[in-house]
Amino acid sequence: MTAARFDVDALALDPETRIVVCCGSGGVGKTTTAAAIALRAAEAGRTVVVLTIDPARRLAQSMGLTELDNVPRPVAGVDTAKGGELHAMMLDMKRTFDEIVSAHSTPDRAEQIFANPFYQSLSSSFAGTQEYMAMEKLGQLRALDQWELIVVDTPPSRSALDFLDAPQRLGRFLDGRMLRLLLAPARAGGRAYFKVVGASFSLFTRVLTRIIGTEVLRDLSAFVGALETMFGGFRERSQKTYELLKTPGTAFVVVAAPEPDALREASYFVDRLSAESMPLAGLVLNRVRTSRAPRLSAERAEVAADTLDEAGEHEVTAAVLRVHAALAHQAARDRRMRDRFSSARPGVPLVEVPALPTDVHDLDGLRRVAGSMSAYGPPPPARTTGKAG
Amino acid sequence: MVTGKGGAGKTTVAAALAVALAAGGRRTLVVEVEGRQGLAQLFDTPPLPYEERRIAAAAGGGEVRALAVDVEEALLEYLEMFYNLRSAGRALRKLGAIDFATTIAPGMRDVLLTGKVKEAVTRTEHGHRVYDAVVVDAPPTGRITRFLNVTAEVAGLARVGPVKSQSEGVMAVLRSPQTAVHVVTLLEEMPVQETVDAVTELRAARLPVGSVIVNMTRLPLLPQPALTRAAAGEVDRAELRAGLAAAGLAPALAAPLAAEAVEHAERWEVEDRNRATVAELGLPTYELPFLSDAVDLGGLYELAEILCESGIGTP
Repeated sequence: MTAARFDVDALALDPETRIVVCCGSGGVGKTTTAAAIALRAAEAGRTVVVLTIDPARRLAQSMGLTELDNVPRPVAGVDTAKGGELHAMMLDMKRTFDEIVSAHSTPDRAEQIFANPFYQSLSSSFAGTQEYMAMEKLGQLRALDQWELIVVDTPPSRSALDFLDAPQRLGRFLDGRMLRLLLAPARAGGRAYFKVVGASFSLFTRVLTRIIGTEVLRDLSAFVGALETMFGGFRERSQKTYELLKTPGTAFVVVAAPEPDALREASYFVDRLSAESMPLAGLVLNRVRTSRAPRLSAERAEVAADTLDEAGEHEVTAAVLRVHAALAHQAARDRRMRDRFSSARPGVPLVEVPALPTDVHDLDGLRRVAGSMSAYGPPPPARTTGKAG
Repeated sequence: MVTGKGGAGKTTVAAALAVALAAGGRRTLVVEVEGRQGLAQLFDTPPLPYEERRIAAAAGGGEVRALAVDVEEALLEYLEMFYNLRSAGRALRKLGAIDFATTIAPGMRDVLLTGKVKEAVTRTEHGHRVYDAVVVDAPPTGRITRFLNVTAEVAGLARVGPVKSQSEGVMAVLRSPQTAVHVVTLLEEMPVQETVDAVTELRAARLPVGSVIVNMTRLPLLPQPALTRAAAGEVDRAELRAGLAAAGLAPALAAPLAAEAVEHAERWEVEDRNRATVAELGLPTYELPFLSDAVDLGGLYELAEILCESGIGTP
């Protein structure tokens, strides 16, 4: 049941890899993994951009992500000796949405849309907007064609699948039946329309009017009317980016922690990728606890500690043995978690990143994380041609 | 209301709190609002329907019921209750209008979800409240203030009319002393930062913050002063070798074990720093221990007992 080892260098340093998408449920270290992969590739000589969604404050600061201007900025402190570069940006979801609106309408109309309460809600809080905008930004970065590699972190939703599903849901929604139904009176005007849609629409407006009032209904119609020119655009765009994810050169890295929930999400995601024929590079298992003295079992350490305590001597040694016992116990649990995943999904290459005593918040920390994902350890090897594996 | 950063154990704590508050023959309801069926997994039952079901027993004849709120169902229920429009609602659902309304209308989802919670809180039977306490496994810290601040959220949607009065009724309950928002955190940098942010936001929105529940805490295994010294990277190797020999173990283990002790102490020091940050919030703080195996039903009761003894949620 030993899975093949996922080697981040074989992926990130391969000139044919153009997009790496890091997916996984919230709180498993996706942002750190994405940043570490990007840094690794940049220091090996590639021109890289990393799109992060919600980085921890100190990590963001260390990457120079203090300004939210929705464009990639060069990261200082990256070793550029091999000719690589690292750019980083943090997604501003509302701004990305605003940019799409501006690009597809006249300034007057855009202003109208921005002022509409429905737009404000949709662009800032609709579950799924963040995923859609992450995909949109990825599409934009790819279209600019300034980078050899784009590494994407995905939004912190509870389900990793949201990243794949939400954009299409929003796309469908924005050019959906209901919006057209609301729009219809504005277009068809008067009686002809009511003959067609008839009862269902009058029922719809009656209920809506009763619950939310005519004023709101007017806002809604105005919103739908203003967005009309962009219908189809949304769906088309999300479809295009979705297709981009299936092209050769894109690879998914699933990120998890040795916890039942995180691994369950990872399994769902792995199955989904295979169903969609999307390329899975491997699983990064973060925060794995490992013992430095693997031969000394938790049980033996406990017994030895008890012996010392009973004799009433070597108090500190007994305590150190208990530290080891706790760690060995944790390590065994993490190993069981990993093995359970690997035996159910034997084809998935896997790499473990050891749990660190402190949070990763600088480039050195990212280098260490990347090093543990690589077969070569810390210094990235020079790589010229060819595709591994 | 139980919130927290993803991964901090918000659902587990919500469930444990519901069990704790049901002790002594009381009845509680634990509500799930994000459709993830986390409660069913925790209590090891089939997926929960949109229906209040008995899910666990508590000490002294107490009872815990669980409910997974479905937004569409909640809207249908609302239409029926206030407008007698159940069948119209069903027809609209077929058209996709219900999905549409709950998706696009700003705050509509939240006002429906919190509205259902308010209904359960205020429901009476024979002149008594049906539930002694209602515990909500609420959205994570990043979204909690928006979720609870329903009147502000629907302000753009409803300046007058039924949604406005409905949201005002919900808000009155949420802002009253009957409500407490508990924030679950871990002693790690990001969860603590998010806790501080959430508490600031909740306070600014005049929502009643209850306590901080620090989950998965560990006690330092090293005695002082060895702990502080280890955190600075110092472990007495000679003493360690002697101790290992006395216990019949290879003295060569001293190096790796010393490294493990240093990491343990470093981790503890980071946790302690984060603990100090939490303390600065000036809120009642409760600590729950780390359970070495994944939380099962037994572990859940263990956590419930600790919460029960802590006196959390008792007036």
